[in-house]
Amino acid sequence: MKQAPFEQVHAREWEEFEAFLEDRKSFDPAEMPSRFRRLCQALALAAQRCYSAELVDRLNRLALRGHHALYANRRRESQQVLHFMLAGFPRLVRAEWRLVAAAALLFFGPLLGLIAALQLFPDFVHYLLSPGQIASFHEMYDPGNRRVGMRESDTSMMMFGYYIWNNVRIGFQTFAGGMLAGVGSAWFLGANGLILGAVAGYLTQVGYTETFWSFVAGHSSFELLAIVLSGAAGFKLGLAIIAPGNLSRKSALVAAARPAVRIMYGAAVLFFIAAFVEAFWSPITEFGFVVKITVGIAAWVILLAYFAVAGRSRAAG
Amino acid sequence: MLDTTRRVATPEGIELTLRLAGPVPRALAWSVDFLLRAALVLLVMLFASRFGRAGAGVVLIAAFFVEWLLPAAFEARWGGQTPGKRLFGIAVLNDDGTPLRWPGALTRNLLRAADFLPFFYGVGLIAMLASRDFKRLGDLAAGTVVVYQSSSSELTRKVPEAAPVAPPVDLDPEEQRAVLELAERSATLTRERFEELAELPKPLVGQLEGERAAARLVGIANYLSGRQ
Repeated sequence: MKQAPFEQVHAREWEEFEAFLEDRKSFDPAEMPSRFRRLCQALALAAQRCYSAELVDRLNRLALRGHHALYANRRRESQQVLHFMLAGFPRLVRAEWRLVAAAALLFFGPLLGLIAALQLFPDFVHYLLSPGQIASFHEMYDPGNRRVGMRESDTSMMMFGYYIWNNVRIGFQTFAGGMLAGVGSAWFLGANGLILGAVAGYLTQVGYTETFWSFVAGHSSFELLAIVLSGAAGFKLGLAIIAPGNLSRKSALVAAARPAVRIMYGAAVLFFIAAFVEAFWSPITEFGFVVKITVGIAAWVILLAYFAVAGRSRAAG
Repeated sequence: MLDTTRRVATPEGIELTLRLAGPVPRALAWSVDFLLRAALVLLVMLFASRFGRAGAGVVLIAAFFVEWLLPAAFEARWGGQTPGKRLFGIAVLNDDGTPLRWPGALTRNLLRAADFLPFFYGVGLIAMLASRDFKRLGDLAAGTVVVYQSSSSELTRKVPEAAPVAPPVDLDPEEQRAVLELAERSATLTRERFEELAELPKPLVGQLEGERAAARLVGIANYLSGRQ
């Protein structure tokens, strides 16, 4: 068959197909797959018979658009989100427990180590914080300074925005640092652990225990675990680059990116909860030290229990 | 081949051709998107400034979403395009040729933080130049490519009309394409340059020179484009 009669025979069908891609009306959508296969056949024939490049290009364009229309998958995303937070996320974290443990060690190691070390060697803090920083923390948490807790609601709103903007960004950076063979994640985890440990250790040592710990207790669980999980997700990427196993580095990275980004969805939710608690609950001083510490510990217990057991029964079923 | 095209096999047993977009159009699209994002945050700022410190919080939250989620939302919902990408006729696809969805869009946008290092997309540019498919790190991890959309201007580009002339030798598809594309571009070349180029394929134009070689080549192009 010559090109001109070939085009004549199929012209109508191609026009209908093109119109369908615009408005989804020119034929019954159920016919789409079979029509798409006929178009693919026409494209293959046209290319094999060396018809003009113009015709092949046109069919290629049509096939590409048809391919997009056919394979655009629209699942019910809202249900998936709920299911993910209730079961998928903790399950994923348990499956990657080695990476989570490594990230936790890198983060909580310096943090707790410094808190302990600063009780014994208080002067060590000057290696980590500048005098200006120390002064500003003094001002923030001085029990004599009643500005902690006297914040007005509009300030809380401002701080909520700030915590989202700043903390979630730190989490994303910690995650993205995994692309540098995991080094970036390790660096962000260690550096943040060191700074937080220095601040907490110093303020405890100078005796601002009540103001500082009652402020951080509420949101500490969400925020610290979110950073650890961001680092673990980054390690997932870094590990795929360092040790791809039987896959090529590229395929290993693509395979690792799926669970890693899913961990980041969950971590982002934790960061948001942390920002909300830090902005609207942590500054409140009406409840006193004991209540705030109790709430903080309860949050830790609930969160750890969530990661330990949520989603197990569904896995069995 | 030097062409930045990639062929993707589909389950239907055909090959689709993707035309990859390099760093320059992507940087331009990014600049447009950046300006739009800045304008959007500025707009929020104008409205929120009446509400004092609470307004500042709203601005920061808006900035967060505009920075991290808005590009991903556009790419997932708008055929792989942000406004800047649409302006420059490029789009993001999965590298198997299927449309981009939320997971891929979020992956490549979250990892912009890595591409941005050490400053202003240094890592991203090196990764793009080092990879065959112009992939920055985010694209590598998400399994996505940035391609040119087949634009409508391409559809209207036509071979100038002339009496069709059958080529004296058989041409394979690549050669046919080269002749067709040269004929299509004849209007944008100077007459002298086009004639010079037309004299080069000796098997097609023989000893013809200048204007006659050009006319012969346009005739062959007409034949090849199916006007016989």
